[in-house]
Amino acid sequence: FPSALFQTPLIIYLFHFLIDYAEMVFMITDVLTAVALYLAIQDFNKVVFKKQKLLIELDKYAPDVAELIQTPKEMHYTPLKVALFYLLNPYTVMSCVAKSTCAINNTVIAFFILATIKGSAFLSAVFLALATYQSLYPLTLFAPALLYLLQRQFIPVKLKSKGFWLYTMQYAALYLCSLVVIICLSFFLLNSWDFIPSVYGFILSVPDLTPNIGLFWYFFAEMFEHFSLFFVCVFQINVFFYTIPLAIKLKEHPVFFLFVQIAIISIFKSYPTVGDIALYMAFLPVWSHLYR
Amino acid sequence: RPDVLREELLLSPLPAGDVAATFQFRTRWDADLQRGAVSHYRLFPKALGRLVAALGVRELHLALTQGFWRTRTWGQPPLQAPAGAELWVWFQPTVTDVDKAWKELSNILSGIFCASLNFIDSTNTVTPTASFKPLGLGNGTDHHLLRYAVLPREVVCTENLTPWKKLLPCGSKAGLAVLLKAERLFHSSYHSQAVHIRPICRDASCLAVSWELRQTLTVVFDSFASGQGKKDWSLFRMFSRTLTDACPLASQSKVYVDISPKNKEKELLEVTPPPASLHEAVVQGEKRTYAVYDLLSPLLFNTSRSLNVQLKWTRPQDSSELPTPVLHAHRYVSGYGLQTGEISTLIYNTHPYRAFPVILLETVPWYLRLYVHTLTIITKGKENKPSYIHYQPAQDRRRPHLLEMLIQLPANSITKITIQFERALLKWTEYPPDPNHGFYVGSSVLSALVPSIIAMKEVDMEQSPLFTSLFPSSDGSSYFVRLYTEPLLVNLPTPDFSMPYNVICLTCTVVAVCYGSFYNLLTRTFHVEEPSRGGLAKRLANIIRKLRGVPPL
Repeated sequence: FPSALFQTPLIIYLFHFLIDYAEMVFMITDVLTAVALYLAIQDFNKVVFKKQKLLIELDKYAPDVAELIQTPKEMHYTPLKVALFYLLNPYTVMSCVAKSTCAINNTVIAFFILATIKGSAFLSAVFLALATYQSLYPLTLFAPALLYLLQRQFIPVKLKSKGFWLYTMQYAALYLCSLVVIICLSFFLLNSWDFIPSVYGFILSVPDLTPNIGLFWYFFAEMFEHFSLFFVCVFQINVFFYTIPLAIKLKEHPVFFLFVQIAIISIFKSYPTVGDIALYMAFLPVWSHLYR
Repeated sequence: RPDVLREELLLSPLPAGDVAATFQFRTRWDADLQRGAVSHYRLFPKALGRLVAALGVRELHLALTQGFWRTRTWGQPPLQAPAGAELWVWFQPTVTDVDKAWKELSNILSGIFCASLNFIDSTNTVTPTASFKPLGLGNGTDHHLLRYAVLPREVVCTENLTPWKKLLPCGSKAGLAVLLKAERLFHSSYHSQAVHIRPICRDASCLAVSWELRQTLTVVFDSFASGQGKKDWSLFRMFSRTLTDACPLASQSKVYVDISPKNKEKELLEVTPPPASLHEAVVQGEKRTYAVYDLLSPLLFNTSRSLNVQLKWTRPQDSSELPTPVLHAHRYVSGYGLQTGEISTLIYNTHPYRAFPVILLETVPWYLRLYVHTLTIITKGKENKPSYIHYQPAQDRRRPHLLEMLIQLPANSITKITIQFERALLKWTEYPPDPNHGFYVGSSVLSALVPSIIAMKEVDMEQSPLFTSLFPSSDGSSYFVRLYTEPLLVNLPTPDFSMPYNVICLTCTVVAVCYGSFYNLLTRTFHVEEPSRGGLAKRLANIIRKLRGVPPL
């Protein structure tokens, strides 16, 4: 693998034109992320409020949950709080100053969340494909997005139901096709398939051991060669493994599932950065009513 | 006869009272090793002949060196080699898998010379494009047939000298090789032994090919360490032996002593016994006078049975006579901490009015990640753009960085080349024993055609001493020089070698805590339980509590 830079071809091509305005670009991406999160949470809050009102009228809540119920006044300020949490987070500021490409990853994921919450399956699949293309781990966000879209279409999640499988197949097909298109675009840009082992092989096999905030580097620096493949597999499976149990448990709350999944990715991925932490911390105000 | 041996010894006094002795043993064999099966080896060693024939080697150059030639104080060396082991080989165009042949060759040479050349693999081998042209015959210079590797950590000792001496036709029993005593040769500031094999023209018409094996050994005796502070040298002082006869198999056996006068005054040295003849030549751009002792002439051993050449300084040396070589270089690493650093190379051109280009070849191991965008070349305060750059980036654990540049050096200038790098953290099995000693970066190679101050006429390849006939010179106005810079010693960040188990436990604990919490949260279900009346133990405890006056459970 080449040793100094690991990025996907489309980002390198994009920066070919933007390198002179690098600071402006990173500031704009941060602002775009904040705006996308604001709009997404605004929409989400409307859905939550409607559901809460319905459940109160149907008397489904226990009598002493008065303090856990969200009032319209609080819910009015939650999207702003989310946007500010992201923009004013020192981690976000740090990654903007360092011009880390994690900011672009965050923007793509934020747009993906916006598209999912607005209900557009096509855009959601496209942004998810872009996010997966850049770093492999957003693949796990497929499950929460699917669950949310199913919930929005009022399709019940039953393994025997035909409607469920039909919708799942459609969404998966959209996602895979966009991924294939993006990879082929990179191939035509570079005229070789070398970028696949360089980018994805690098993420999966962890050859570079420069210290970072993750779990992988010191572990593999002290590992015997004999076991290294085994432990690489174990650590990578660890990231993807929590999706199924969480999907089973949290199928009624797909946005919370999305939040937990983003947190798991940013802790267990092979080369985490502080920008990843900033993204999931931005969501904390949405559920602030749970830990009043 | 098809094979001819010539042996020469050159003693040159260096400033500050040191003396350099260069041995050269040339075996020329009029046979075509590549073609027919040659089975009768006489003077040419069989081990090397079979190697050249079996692996399709066109040229082989191996040097094992201990110490560093201080160009600034000792002048231009006759033939310099980098510290450690250096091996570069041109293969024949008929070789299909050059990498496989290279690996086999380094393993076989490692066995022949008892040196750890088997550590040469793809992580320290490069294919230079411009710096190393073939020194022997041959047309076609497809540089994919060239391989170059240097092992800066290699130590040279008696074990390497013994097989080298065994390759000589007379061994160490007769001729000049009797002087090669290990305990004196390694008690020196600089010791370099080399083997060069190349094809040459058999005669002036160049219709047939002969093979030349050249074994050179250069040693510098320090006046303080080896000479016990006195500056008078003799063969006995230097080698603890004297010459008694020539090798019977040699057709030429001569000792040359450099008695060139400096600054146009009378001779610096007084040589005893008086030489039979004097030889004058223009060597590396300077006119030099040599006292010649021919061991094959019967007059030499008339008066005494052994030849002990003695050198005495006629007047004291002073440091103003230090020769300034036209081209010399200095390389060092700067920076602080264990994350980043900078490699700087300074190249000096001291010629008063001529500018000339120099090719710089740098091989940097993969664990120092070079940032080529930080490469700057500055001469006299201005940026100097190289006319040719070839850069091959490293691949982790597979191949090193290769940087080759053609830089024009203006007259009387200092050129500074800097490049920044970042240090990588290696897996703990990749550290050598004693990792805090540091990692060696091999010397960089400077190749240049240096303009000479005195015009040199075409020399007869066969007869001239030593250094003029290894490198070809196209015209008399310049001579070829290959210089090596210092090797660098760089520290890499090390993990804590004493606690692999602790680190693994800590990481696994973090993962287990996370996993355990998730498992708990996801599989825990809540039941409503009626409070039970309690068993016997509870009733007993309640009675005791009522007696104490404490509320019951």
